[in-house]
Amino acid sequence: MPSHAQPAALSRAAGSRSRSRSPMAAPQSFLWTRRIILAFLTAFVLLPVYVMISSSLKPLQDVSGKFHWIPSGLTVKPYLDIWDTVPLARYFVNSLLVAGSATVLSVIIAVFSAYAVSRYKFRGKRVFTVTVLSTQMFPGILFLLPLFLIFVNIGNSTGIALYGSRGGLILTYLTFSLPFSIWMLIGYFDSIPRDLDEAALVDGCGPLGALFRVVVPAAVPGIVAVAVYAFMTAWGEVLFASVMTNDTTRTLAVGLQGYATQNDVYWNQVMAASLVVSVPIVGGFLLLQRYLVAGLTAGAVK
Amino acid sequence: MTATVTTDSRTEKSDRVTSRGTGGARRRLPRIPDRIRQGGLPYLLLLPAVLLELLIHVIPMIIGIVMSFRRLTQFFIGNWGAAPWTGLDNYKIAVDFNAPIGEALLHSFFVTCVFTFFAVGLAWLFGVTAAIMLQENFRGRGFLRAIFLVPYALPVYAAVITWAFMFQRDNGLVNHVLHDQLGLTDQPSFWLIGDNSIYALIVVSVWKGWPFAFLIVMAGLQNIPRELYEASAIDGAGIWQQIRKITLPSLRPVNQVLVLVLFLWTFNDFNTPYVLFGKAAPSSADLISIHIYQSSFVTWNFGTGSAMSVLLLLFLLVVTAVYLLITSRGRKGADA
Amino acid sequence: MRTIRAAAAATLAISIAAGVTGCGGGTSSSGGSNDSPKTLTYWASNQGPSIEADKKILTPELKKFEEQTGIKVKLEVVPWADLLNRILAATTSGQGPDVLNIGNTWSASLQATGALLPWDKANFDAIGGRDRFVDSAVASAGAEGKDPSAVPLYSLAYALYYNKKSFAEAGIAGPPATWDELVEDGKKLSKNGKWGLGAEGSNLSINIHQTFVLAQQHGADFFDAAGKPTFTSDGAVAAVKQYIDLMAKDKIIAPGNAEYAQNQSLTDFAKGKTAMVLWQAAASTFASQGMKPEDWGAAPVPVASGTPGQGKNINSMVAGINMAVFKNTKNIDGAKKFVKFMTSDAEQKLLNKTYGSIPPVKTAQADAAFSAPDLAVLRDTLAKSAAPLPQVPNESQFETAVGTAVKELWADAAAGRPVTTESVKARLEKAQQTMQQ
Repeated sequence: MPSHAQPAALSRAAGSRSRSRSPMAAPQSFLWTRRIILAFLTAFVLLPVYVMISSSLKPLQDVSGKFHWIPSGLTVKPYLDIWDTVPLARYFVNSLLVAGSATVLSVIIAVFSAYAVSRYKFRGKRVFTVTVLSTQMFPGILFLLPLFLIFVNIGNSTGIALYGSRGGLILTYLTFSLPFSIWMLIGYFDSIPRDLDEAALVDGCGPLGALFRVVVPAAVPGIVAVAVYAFMTAWGEVLFASVMTNDTTRTLAVGLQGYATQNDVYWNQVMAASLVVSVPIVGGFLLLQRYLVAGLTAGAVK
Repeated sequence: MTATVTTDSRTEKSDRVTSRGTGGARRRLPRIPDRIRQGGLPYLLLLPAVLLELLIHVIPMIIGIVMSFRRLTQFFIGNWGAAPWTGLDNYKIAVDFNAPIGEALLHSFFVTCVFTFFAVGLAWLFGVTAAIMLQENFRGRGFLRAIFLVPYALPVYAAVITWAFMFQRDNGLVNHVLHDQLGLTDQPSFWLIGDNSIYALIVVSVWKGWPFAFLIVMAGLQNIPRELYEASAIDGAGIWQQIRKITLPSLRPVNQVLVLVLFLWTFNDFNTPYVLFGKAAPSSADLISIHIYQSSFVTWNFGTGSAMSVLLLLFLLVVTAVYLLITSRGRKGADA
Repeated sequence: MRTIRAAAAATLAISIAAGVTGCGGGTSSSGGSNDSPKTLTYWASNQGPSIEADKKILTPELKKFEEQTGIKVKLEVVPWADLLNRILAATTSGQGPDVLNIGNTWSASLQATGALLPWDKANFDAIGGRDRFVDSAVASAGAEGKDPSAVPLYSLAYALYYNKKSFAEAGIAGPPATWDELVEDGKKLSKNGKWGLGAEGSNLSINIHQTFVLAQQHGADFFDAAGKPTFTSDGAVAAVKQYIDLMAKDKIIAPGNAEYAQNQSLTDFAKGKTAMVLWQAAASTFASQGMKPEDWGAAPVPVASGTPGQGKNINSMVAGINMAVFKNTKNIDGAKKFVKFMTSDAEQKLLNKTYGSIPPVKTAQADAAFSAPDLAVLRDTLAKSAAPLPQVPNESQFETAVGTAVKELWADAAAGRPVTTESVKARLEKAQQTMQQ
């Protein structure tokens, strides 16, 4: 059963885990390799960011001119203009609401599913895991229009407006991230010794008690990774958002295109707006990465 | 080696859990409600996921497949019921490789394969390398970790449009460096049209994709037991040996899933080429997702577009199945 | 497992039903109702400098309409990037606005869906009669011989914009009237890193607009009377080649223009890097790029004879925005009232002035504001020498197929590969073969 073995694999059963490899001092060859590789990757990552920053500080007529490493004639005006060209604040709030809700729901649902697969034996388990993985292959273009149609029909027959609403988008995005989240969490949960939740069960916790008091705390890094993934999936999606949102519910991913109009492309404002909206997200990463890395050692593993 | 241990212990453990769980509960509770609880609970836990996947993925998918058997052009999209059934006509058009549509689809398929191979390969390589380099604590590690996740945090549109900006022939940063400063080319090259566009596409895709690989591998590294390193250090293994003998083998299961999902996403990626090239990608970077978008949304021929999507789906299913078969067998072989 | 199976069975049944019955599409033959007479939803296209600017421009007008009729209009300005897909989704599901703007080149495609209210005599009479509108504008609102699917709202045409300073420096007295003159002037202007003409080689729509006009000048059409594609006629091939040759042979377009798709040619023009550009109503963009009104001039696009007119002297496509009504609207009378309001003389003058376009309503055109030199060029072109793009249902397919072919030819020219009649014909042949139906 090849397909079933995968989720198991994401992590290792472990009595203790390490933050760093070994206390031994690393040789020079390694240190230099590391410096070179990290410098290369940092430059690769930051190059577009630098272009964004320098472009966002130029007046429109200068932005599309010849690139120079050191920009001249800087202005902060684009940062003031971005709010009037498109309703950026509203798009930002929409994106936060949609991506945030989709993340929370996706993680909760994935935790339940992964727990079921990891801890129980039941018929249909393999069908479930394989089917869930295969939904990951569905080309979005194929089911965009049918999905819209279903939302409209649900709206017409029940009055629940899913099209054009944030709710519809939240449901859509959460299912986008669900398959991989489930797979990844199955792996994490498998790596958590069962003795722990058995102990909790004996102590009189129900299965859900065991899940939330023992398994979830021990799987924090995995859950954080899954949450980051779910959030970013929803944060960046363009195709579905372009059809399923309207003026009031439009998300940033599509809303940013509003800086490119028929006759004018406000390059400087696109860059400024992108930077402004990304700062909180990067900040969030900074906060979370600590959990991502350190969370496990704090778990109830020992 | 380690993988076997895990897989085996896992199976063994899960058996134990089930039997002992039942036994333990039996002591306290009457048998029948207990069986209901045990039997129904996993399904109850799966229910939300199943329902949502059905609603958002499976049912629309089935409708999409139905669409592929109909002649769904602008004459019928207002009233799908009236669209005539065409049997396999849409599929015939798509796979008639001697006619321009089929030929273009085949070309686009090959382009996508090449693109996916390099984009996934590099994203994976960067992700794994960076994660291993940051495994040990040193000054600035947290900072770098956050920096590396920046491409992931930037909205796709903004990131790709910035790259498009940099790839401009006359004013872009790329040519400024390659041509003006380093003098590597006789004259500035085009990156957004013509044959070079596939390189531009791969670069952008790697830039956008590798932080995810980094994130997942980083999480995976957390689970390598410290004792393994300690033991090998006592045996006198250096850091390079540790990476080769412990870290990389231990990452294998993570990699297996990671490479698969990277493959699936990259193969289906729509946003990157769409923002980079617009509705008509240059022939050398004509990814299949754009091709299908063009066939369905731009030219309003949803029948043919759906047929192409279904073929794509079948291909991905086959590749995934084969991949899982091979990697799993390979694992068993290596373990033995 | 039972639950899953039951759920699967139920959903499968629903989905099959949905697939077979077609999920209630947007067509009701009744042509709308008056179930909700007090509200309207309106999708406006993005005409002004930004979406927010459009809202500020339109909201007071919608208030006026509400005061006059008591009908509240819910406005959404839809960006161009999303508009067609939104319309498509609305058409498919029957869930859309009551009134909307469409690009006039989409008219025939949308007409074919049957989702839009046809503007027959009775409907036109309800908004003051078909005679009020410029003929070429109405001709761009649907297939010939059918009732138009929309009503012209804003009209535009192509003009030749030229940089007065560059012309003076090169010792050129005035704008060229023929293509030969344009090439000759262009060669004088193309030196010292400056270029004669700008183009947007990767913008499929503009590629189509220009090659369509040139084909007209060669006496060729991209479709025959029956709507069959005729991309490879000698005239069409010559037209495309003439356009590409401006870069490949005459070298008056910078190679870099082959990749332009985001109006970079306007930026180049505003910076004085190129001296001429063919565009529709570029005045506001020049201003936002820091160019003063006295720096540039506008002239009719060249034709071989030097005098624009009909037939081989066509020098522009009819560009513009039309206003359509969804057939299944629940406020059909209100929708017509709203179209009447928007096409009234007062609104036409005001809105077209604001957007820098030309009113398709004859009486509104008389306003002095549209006699400014650059707008007069556009106005006269529209009235005398503009023709609508082929009004065929698969227009968007045409735009993609031929537009991409031209884009690839630009890439060839820019890379220094030879562009010959044969290579042009081969590309167009391929484009024609991808046209279905």
